[in-house]
Amino acid sequence: MGTTLTARVRRHLLDLDLSVDVEQAPVTVVFGPSGSGKTTLLRCLAGLDRPESGSRIEYDGALWCDDSTWVRARDRRIGLLFQDHVLFPHLSVAGNVGYGLRQLPRADRPARIREALAAAGAEHLIDRAVPQLSGGEAQRVALARALAPRPRLLLLDEPLSALDTPTRARLRGELRRLLREAGVPALVVTHDRAEALALGDRVAVLIDGRLRQFDDVATVFSAPADLAVADAVGTETIVAGQVVDTDQGVTRVQVRGHLLHAVTAEPLPEGSPVLACVRAEDVALHLGAAESGGSPRNHLAAVVTGLDDHGPLLRVDLDAGFALAAYVTRPTREDLGLTPGLRVTAVIKAPAVHLVPRGTT
Amino acid sequence: MDWQAIDLSVRLSLATTAILLVIAVPLAAWLAHTPRRWPVLIEAVVALPLVLPPTVLGFYVLVALGTRSPIGQWWYELTGKTLAFSFTGLLIASVLYSLPFAVQPLLASFAGLDRRLLDASEVLGRGRVDTLLRVVLPMCRPGLATAAVLTFAHTMGEFGVVLMVGGNIPGETRTVSISIYDSVQAFDYATAARTSLALLAFSLVVLTVTYSLQRRGALTWVRR
Repeated sequence: MGTTLTARVRRHLLDLDLSVDVEQAPVTVVFGPSGSGKTTLLRCLAGLDRPESGSRIEYDGALWCDDSTWVRARDRRIGLLFQDHVLFPHLSVAGNVGYGLRQLPRADRPARIREALAAAGAEHLIDRAVPQLSGGEAQRVALARALAPRPRLLLLDEPLSALDTPTRARLRGELRRLLREAGVPALVVTHDRAEALALGDRVAVLIDGRLRQFDDVATVFSAPADLAVADAVGTETIVAGQVVDTDQGVTRVQVRGHLLHAVTAEPLPEGSPVLACVRAEDVALHLGAAESGGSPRNHLAAVVTGLDDHGPLLRVDLDAGFALAAYVTRPTREDLGLTPGLRVTAVIKAPAVHLVPRGTT
Repeated sequence: MDWQAIDLSVRLSLATTAILLVIAVPLAAWLAHTPRRWPVLIEAVVALPLVLPPTVLGFYVLVALGTRSPIGQWWYELTGKTLAFSFTGLLIASVLYSLPFAVQPLLASFAGLDRRLLDASEVLGRGRVDTLLRVVLPMCRPGLATAAVLTFAHTMGEFGVVLMVGGNIPGETRTVSISIYDSVQAFDYATAARTSLALLAFSLVVLTVTYSLQRRGALTWVRR
């Protein structure tokens, strides 16, 4: 068995059991809406807060916390990256990165500082003063500061959410590579779907202090375990319906005047209530009437009700008898001449419709 | 002009400031970061000299330092001297009297510090003393400076407490303010005027230097 983090943490609302093989999944994301207990979990793992009795935290064979054991934060050899860098403003960049190198002989420190800055893609910032750094630069320096003492585990608390949108997008793409190259197992706490999708190997969904799903990143986002998870991970369309029948693995669901085709692993009882979840990325739009003959099973007549900027994409809100969301690119919008009021056909492949049996929440 | 009194006041103020910073830094750090509630009581006791008349404070200190009290007796057996009406006794009284002037600016300064800086320091392997010396104090230089200047100025100008505890022994307990009072009582207005002017000029210079250092940023760290 590889290096594992095993945590049973109880504190206030938080009550969770988590076991992660960090060699198998170098970057684990704890995903949850605000107030779900993510930060509490992170602080307990870091050793900054002490969980309540009955808790137990073990990492790589070392017991960090149980009812009679408490390893202080400074003895856990972890790296912690805050939402907004929290650099020491009175120290230089090098001073910040070197802050955790107390145990390293003085002569070896400059080399280690450079090495850590390089690992965070921040070599060029070594001579800058902390107050002159931009948000993205400061976060790189903070990453270097966390990596410099060669921690055994890196904890990241919403590492990108304090940055402006373009910087966040740029760093999001890079952070996973930096984390992988650093070779330090990482646990990222976030409420940002894009961050979770971009960074995580495995995603643990935390809602109201409970672990609701822990799975591969793709599984969590395309097959949420229940309605609460689906809501939290942001499946864009969730609509109630009733199972009509299942034939050769394809389940037909009656949804407000439409018959949706979905692929399910197990047949669902006829007439049982379900929620159909469709991610906006999986909805394609065509002009004009529904054309049959293609492979997608679902063709829904819909009217555009609104258009919304969503980073590089546009979110198109549709009325298909129920509210449906689709993502399109900007050229698509121009080609189709998408404006509110336009009649379109929404096309969805059956495997993209995920059914959550109702009452599982 | 009573140079002896000025010299004594300066010595008393410097010693009080030095002792108070040593006491007030850990006290304020503890008050600012303790999660418990009862330290509010300590905070109230520390602030007492702000509202008590100096004579009341002086009276209690006098009683506490007198040869009939355990403290006074212990000191007498140890050194063969009395604490009351001595420079040491005066120093103890001054420390108590100026305690809120040292603790409160530091407390405000420590409490205003982003707690996550302390978390960052701890996670990076530093203990509490290390964090205090490397993060808290450097970032709280304005609070430290304010505490030192206020303590110094407050001790220079104290009168009631000195009169109660120290009396009026030249070179031992006669401070500037006592000397001025003495001169006026003896209708020696010329001496009183000269000493007063010297004290006024000195105070003004100290405050001007402090504020100009603060303005130039020598006492603060640069904010973003």
